[in-house]
Amino acid sequence: MSMKMEFNNQEYYFLPHVKINALLDYLHHQGFSCIGPQIKQDAIVYEELHDSEQLPWGLRDYQMPGQYRLEENNVKRAFSWANGPQAIKPQLFKPKESLWRVARDSHGKLTFKNVTHEMKPIALFGVRSCDVAGMLIQDKAFLTEPFVDKHYQARRENVFVIAVNCGYSSNNCFCVSTNTGPQVKAGYDIALTEIDDGFVVTVGSAAGEALINKISLKHATDEMQQAMQREINNAATMQSKAMPFDNTRVVRDLLMNNLDHPQWDDVAARCLSCGNCTSVCPTCFCSSETETPALDRIESEHSREWDSCFTEGHSYIHGKVIRDDTKSRYKQWLTHKLATWWDQFDTSGCVGCGRCVTWCPVGIDITAEVAAIAKPAVDDSASE
Amino acid sequence: MVMKNDHQDILHDTIIVDYQPITDTIFNIGLQFTDENIHRAYQFLPGQFNMLYLFGIGEVAISIVSDPTHDDLYYHTIRRVGRVTTGLSQLKKGDHIGVRGPFGRGWPLSQISGKDILIITGGLGCAPSVSMIHYIMNRREQFGKLMILQGVKHSNDLIYQSYYEKWATAPNTEVLVTADKTTTNWPWYSGLITELIKKINFDPETTICLMCGPEPMFLAAVQLLIERNLPEQSIYMSMERNMQCAIGHCGHCQFGGKFVCKDGPIFCYPDIKDLLGKKGF
Repeated sequence: MSMKMEFNNQEYYFLPHVKINALLDYLHHQGFSCIGPQIKQDAIVYEELHDSEQLPWGLRDYQMPGQYRLEENNVKRAFSWANGPQAIKPQLFKPKESLWRVARDSHGKLTFKNVTHEMKPIALFGVRSCDVAGMLIQDKAFLTEPFVDKHYQARRENVFVIAVNCGYSSNNCFCVSTNTGPQVKAGYDIALTEIDDGFVVTVGSAAGEALINKISLKHATDEMQQAMQREINNAATMQSKAMPFDNTRVVRDLLMNNLDHPQWDDVAARCLSCGNCTSVCPTCFCSSETETPALDRIESEHSREWDSCFTEGHSYIHGKVIRDDTKSRYKQWLTHKLATWWDQFDTSGCVGCGRCVTWCPVGIDITAEVAAIAKPAVDDSASE
Repeated sequence: MVMKNDHQDILHDTIIVDYQPITDTIFNIGLQFTDENIHRAYQFLPGQFNMLYLFGIGEVAISIVSDPTHDDLYYHTIRRVGRVTTGLSQLKKGDHIGVRGPFGRGWPLSQISGKDILIITGGLGCAPSVSMIHYIMNRREQFGKLMILQGVKHSNDLIYQSYYEKWATAPNTEVLVTADKTTTNWPWYSGLITELIKKINFDPETTICLMCGPEPMFLAAVQLLIERNLPEQSIYMSMERNMQCAIGHCGHCQFGGKFVCKDGPIFCYPDIKDLLGKKGF
């Protein structure tokens, strides 16, 4: 749906808070399974959403490097927070899924059967601009011909995206510098911006327009549109973090020209090589394949699950490990995300969501690491 | 050449028709697809690889060593190292395994046709070049001078010894083999493969070098070749990394911005030289 061609409807509509359930009901009737933000284990997570009451009303996330906690802010809003540890990625690229099964007959002959996923299409309610940007980047990894991942494709083709522009940024958000937020630009069916009592709605696809018509939304007033702009400006101006050089190819060249920089030793001494950053990153796409034979040895199932370049097994090759220390693993992660991603997909792999900073147990800040590597260069230019 | 799109996630049953132990840890298996139509339709290029699947254990990426058109069976030379290859080493004729492939970009056949070919292989990793040598031998008139340089650590490590002996007698073909450590009656050279490079005469304008083996060997060989005016873009090499999906999705085979499985495993040297030999890549 949101993968289809660009759609041109410049109108602004208003969705009052009280009509969220009408929207969800419409989507349910259309056969969608709605996924939206809610509180679980003291964090905002995206799970099956049946009723607007499940949304995280009146809560704000407090994020710092290595820290995440929710606080009540007593505002009657459902989206006065920035983000949680995951959003879209686990919905389209499953943390673990079966790829194929094989049966062996009494002569040893093998019969293979690909696993197809019979599932309802997914409507993602309330996803942030950074996460939509992350989805568009994962599309490049999984949907570029001739190598299309059918499992991802089956879910992606039918997904309905209800984006939510941000009115607030956490301490770890830096999407302004990565040009991926706080307002969603592409890849959505409708986009919401929360103001008092509801949302200003813009339309990004024909399916989105059909939804607007079906639940009979009125046009937003000029005041509402101004309020929308204030919210987005607020989220943008409150960001204190930025990716150096605006996350451009300049970062690519900086990192690839500084593979022997002393900062790699510095960060390696702090990094635990735990892989949290890769798990929460909306664009990381590595997976490893595993085999689960049945006890009777007649059948076996072949699956994949998320992997991380911070594991020893990730770079294993015939008896040895290419990246046998934390320094080379962190270097792989950072140079891939910000540098060689350009070579592969003509984009940075970073969308400025700040999750890798928040969920790092020792609070390693990706923007600070790049800045530290950039520092001598910046000093040189200052002294010229 | 990319086969039709569905080969990437479809496995086919094959039967081990030929099993040849070569050393204690190395063996050669010749596979036949149980479906005759698939066996006939299966196509690959020298330098490409298959994912071989052992029931209940998993897959492993292995080069195809056959000639693309002259062999009845699809041969794979395998060294027993990890879980899957250890399991494969215990199979026998008549056993079944799954095959998914072929994958990757093979040796650049169109660019090297009519050229003198210098093949440099080191250690046990010579399998990707063997298919190429078979290809040249079966089409000898399409190529100029053929020089085959093979180095091993110990003379006992030399596999395909009878092949090297046979190739050495082919027209317009030079075969030089060396071992760091040799036993008595070793008919070839002793020392590093770099010493062999110094012994050969090649015309840098008409020669294409194809390499496979360990990366430090690539670096040493490239330096010697460039000193002798072989252009960088006349050097190709076969890279190895962890491969699980074989189509650039699983991320394990990344070499900087390249996915070895789909952008390689054969690379032109200038395309990978920036990171070649860099620790961690």
